[in-house]
Amino acid sequence: MVRQSGDVIVDLRNISLRFGGVKALTDISFDVREHEIRSIIGPNGAGKSSMLNVINGVYHPQEGQIHFRGQLRRRMEPHHAAEQGIARTFQNIALFKGMTVLDNIMTGRALKMRCNFLQHAFYWGAAQREESAHRLKVEEIIEFLEIQSIRKTPVGRLPYGLQKRVELARALAAEPHILLLDEPMAGMNVEEKQDMCRFILDVNDHYGTTIVLIEHDMGVVMDISDRVVVLDYGRKIGDGLPDEVKGNPEVIAAYLGTAH
Amino acid sequence: MLYREAGQFRTSYAEDGRIFPIRQDRVGFALLVLVFGVAVPLLANEYWLKAILTPVLIFSLAAIGLNILTGYAGQLSLGSAAFMAVGAFAAYNFILRVDGMPFLLALALAGLAAALVGVLFGLPSLRIKGFYLAVATLAAQFFIVWVLVKFPWFSNHSSSGVVTAQEVSILGYRFASPEAKYVLTFAVVAVLALAAKNLVRSATGRAWMAVRDMDVAAQVIGFRLMRTKLLAFAVSSFYCGVAGALYAYTYIGTVEPEGFNLDLSFKILFMIIIGGVGSIMGAFLGAAFIVLLPILLDNLVPALFGDALGAGFASNLQLIIFGGLIIFFLIVEPHGLARLWQIAKEKLRLWPFPH
Amino acid sequence: MQFFIEVLIGGLLSGVMYALVALGFVLIYKASGVFNFAQGAMVFFAALSFVGFQEVLPARFGMEAGSAAVFWLSFLLAFATMVVLGIATERIVLRPLVNQPPITLFMATIGLTYVVEGLAQMTWGANVRGLELGIMDEPIAWLMDDYGIGVSKFDLFAAGVAASLVALLALLFQYTKVGRALRAVADDHQAALSIGIPLQTIWRVVWAVAGFVALVAGMIWGARNGVQFALTFTALKALPVLILGGFTSVPGAIVGGLIIGASEKLAEVYVGPLVGGGIEGWFPYMLALAFLLVRPEGLFGERHIDRV
Repeated sequence: MVRQSGDVIVDLRNISLRFGGVKALTDISFDVREHEIRSIIGPNGAGKSSMLNVINGVYHPQEGQIHFRGQLRRRMEPHHAAEQGIARTFQNIALFKGMTVLDNIMTGRALKMRCNFLQHAFYWGAAQREESAHRLKVEEIIEFLEIQSIRKTPVGRLPYGLQKRVELARALAAEPHILLLDEPMAGMNVEEKQDMCRFILDVNDHYGTTIVLIEHDMGVVMDISDRVVVLDYGRKIGDGLPDEVKGNPEVIAAYLGTAH
Repeated sequence: MLYREAGQFRTSYAEDGRIFPIRQDRVGFALLVLVFGVAVPLLANEYWLKAILTPVLIFSLAAIGLNILTGYAGQLSLGSAAFMAVGAFAAYNFILRVDGMPFLLALALAGLAAALVGVLFGLPSLRIKGFYLAVATLAAQFFIVWVLVKFPWFSNHSSSGVVTAQEVSILGYRFASPEAKYVLTFAVVAVLALAAKNLVRSATGRAWMAVRDMDVAAQVIGFRLMRTKLLAFAVSSFYCGVAGALYAYTYIGTVEPEGFNLDLSFKILFMIIIGGVGSIMGAFLGAAFIVLLPILLDNLVPALFGDALGAGFASNLQLIIFGGLIIFFLIVEPHGLARLWQIAKEKLRLWPFPH
Repeated sequence: MQFFIEVLIGGLLSGVMYALVALGFVLIYKASGVFNFAQGAMVFFAALSFVGFQEVLPARFGMEAGSAAVFWLSFLLAFATMVVLGIATERIVLRPLVNQPPITLFMATIGLTYVVEGLAQMTWGANVRGLELGIMDEPIAWLMDDYGIGVSKFDLFAAGVAASLVALLALLFQYTKVGRALRAVADDHQAALSIGIPLQTIWRVVWAVAGFVALVAGMIWGARNGVQFALTFTALKALPVLILGGFTSVPGAIVGGLIIGASEKLAEVYVGPLVGGGIEGWFPYMLALAFLLVRPEGLFGERHIDRV
C-alpha cells in the first residue's frame, strides 16, 4: 500500500508534560506528514491520549515546541485548534448525550456557520438558508457512514459501536485537515472494526485528511498505518514504518515484558 | 384517528426543520393561539385574566429565561427573581426619566439592562461550575435586591421603596383594562417564546446544549466557552428582565425590591422542573401548574378538612405539597409535564392500533 | 484597637456558628455527593422539635418543667425525630434517585426543604419560642474589666461546643469502622459497593449524624435568636462558607466559617456605614466569589484535571 505523503504538517519537538509530580510525557519528538495515517501505539498509561490532548490544545506541555505548518505554535486553547482544522474523537465517547444524532453532527459544522444569535432568533432568510445548506453537508456524511436510520435518535440510546460512528461523523462534519482518532475501534466486534477501518481509509483517500490514530489492535494498526510511533511510560521508544517498528527489540520488550 | 402523519412528506430540509412538522400540530397550535389571543380576552372574566392568565404568561416568560440558562446551557441559577427585579426597576426608571419613552422600547431596554447585569454575574461561570456556580448566583440574588433597596434613586426616593408602575400606553392607546393588559402580555410573550424556540433549535441552541452536555468536547469542536456561556446568561436575563417589567406593568402594578426574593427564584426553578427542563412548552405548563396549584389548594383544603384547621394549616400543607411534588416529578418524570405531553402525542399517533 | 479586636473575636465566634451549620452540608456531601439544601430546614425542624418536646413533656406527662430530665429526654426525642427524618429521606427521596445527576439530587433537596418546613410548622406551630441553655449572653467579666474587650460567654460556649463536635466527628471518621466505610463511600460509590459496604446503611448513618449536627446547631442558634422560621436561613449563611472551604472538607468548613464570620463583621463595622449598611446578606457571597475567581478549587480542594 503506497500512499502519497506530503510535507510535515505537525512537528512536535521535545514535548514534556507533567501533572503535579506525575510525568505523563517526557521529551517526546515526532512529526506528522500531510495525508498520512500516523498511528500512536503503546501499552495502557503510555501517554497516548495525553499526546493527542497536547496536539489539540487540551493540555499544555511544560516544555517543548509544537510547529504547525512550519510555524511555532504559541499556547493555545482547543477551539483554536478546531479553527485550524484539527478535529478529534475521544477514547471514552464524548458525544452530547441530550441531543439527537443529527444535532450532534450539526455541532461539527459550528465553525463554518456565520449567522449570529439575533438572526437565529428570527430563523428567517439567511439563518434558515444556512441551516439547510449545512444540513445538506451533514446528510452527505450521514450517508457516507451509513447512519441514516438513526438520524433523529438521541445519542444516549444508541449502542456503543454506533456512538463511536456518530462521533466520527461529528468530527468529519468539520471537514478537518487533521483528524485525531483516540481508539476508534475499542470494544468493537470484528465486523464493526472492519467497517471502521473502511471509513478511516475512505476518509484518508477521498478527502486527503491527515489522520493520527491511537489503536490497540495491532493487526489494524500495522495494516492501515503509514508510520507508527511507539510510547511507553511517557517516552518514545520507537518510530518508523510498521515493519520497522514490529522488529524493534525495545517495542517487543514493552509489549511482552523483558527478563530482568 | 385524526392525528396521523401518513401522506405528509417533508421534501426539503427547511420543512424538516419546522417547529411543528406535522400538519395537525400546526392546526392545533394555531387554534391555541386564537383561543388564548382572541377568545380568552373576549370571554374570560376579570378574575381569571388578572389573577391567573396574565401571571401565568409572565411567569412562563421568566421560566423560559431560566430554562435557556439551566435547561439548555446547563448553568443552574438561583437568582432569576433578581433579574426580574432589574427589569422591573429599569423599565420604571426609563419611563420615569426619559420623556416620551415608548413602552415597548422601555420593555426592550429593561431586558437589555437585565442582560447586562446577567453577563456580569455570569462571569464567574467561566471559572467555576456546578454547585459552586449555583451558590454564586445567590450572590446576584442578595446583592441586586440590596442595591435596589439601599439606593433610593432606583425607586425615585419613594419612602417605602415601593414604586407604582406608570400607565401603559402604546401609540396613544391606553392599556388600562385587564383585557388590554392581558392581550399586551400575550403578544409580548408569544413573540419572545417564538424567538426562544428559534434560538434553541438553531446553531445557538446547539452550542448551549453542547456546553451543557460536555464542555471539553464542545471546546474541541470549536465552541468558545466564554462566548457561549455569557450569551446564555445574557439571553436568559433578558427574558427574566422583560418578565419582571411585565410583572410590574401588566400584573401587580406596584412593586418593591423585596418582592423579588429567593422564594420567587425558587418558584421559577420549580416551574421548569415540573414543566420540563430544556423545553419551551414546558415553561408554560410549569408556570400554569405553579400558579394554579395554590388556588386549587385554597379551594380544596377547606372543602376537604373544613375551616377549623385555619390558614396556617393550609399554607403549611401547601409547602408540603409543593415540595413533595418537586420530589415526585424528579423521581417519576424528570423531564416534566412536557415529556408527558409528548408521550401522550406518541400514543395518540398510534391510537387505536398501538402495534 | 480594642474595638477592632472585639469585633474580630465576635466575628470569629459567630463564624464558628456558621461552620456548625456548614458541617452538616459537608457530612452529607462527602458521603453521598448530595448537596443538601434542606440542611437549614433541618436545623429549624430539630430546634423546633426540641422546644416542642420541652413543652409537651411537662404538659402531657406531668414531668417537672425545666428539669434536667425534661431537657435530656427532649434532646433524645428530638434526635430520634431527626434520625427518623434521615431514614425517611434516604428511603423516599435518595434511593429512587440513585445514579441521577447531582443537580437533580440538589433540586430534590430544595423540594425536601419545603416539605420539612411545612412538616415542622404543621407539627409544632409557627410561634416564635425561646430556648434556654442556661448560659448567659453577657461579656466575660475579667476580660471586660482588665482589657476592655467584650467577649460573650455564650459565644465562647458555642465555639466550645462546635470544637468538640468537630473533634468527635474527626474521631468517628478516622477511627471507627463506620467512619472507614464512610470515607470509602465518599471516594467511590461503586467501588465501595463492590467490596460489600452497605451503601444505604451508610447513607442513613450520615443523615442521622447530619440530623444530630443540625440539632446542636439549632439549639445554639435558637438559644441566641429564638426558635423561629428564620433558623432556616442559617443555611444561607453556611453556603458561602462552603464555597470558600470546599464542599468536602471538614477543616475547610471550620476555617471558611472563621474567615466568613470575621470578615463579615469587620466589613459591616468598617465598610457598612459607607454604603448604607445591611451588607451582611451578600458580603459573604461576594467574598467567597472573589476568592473562587482566584482559586476555583477552594481553600482545601484539589485542582481538578479534566480527563478526556
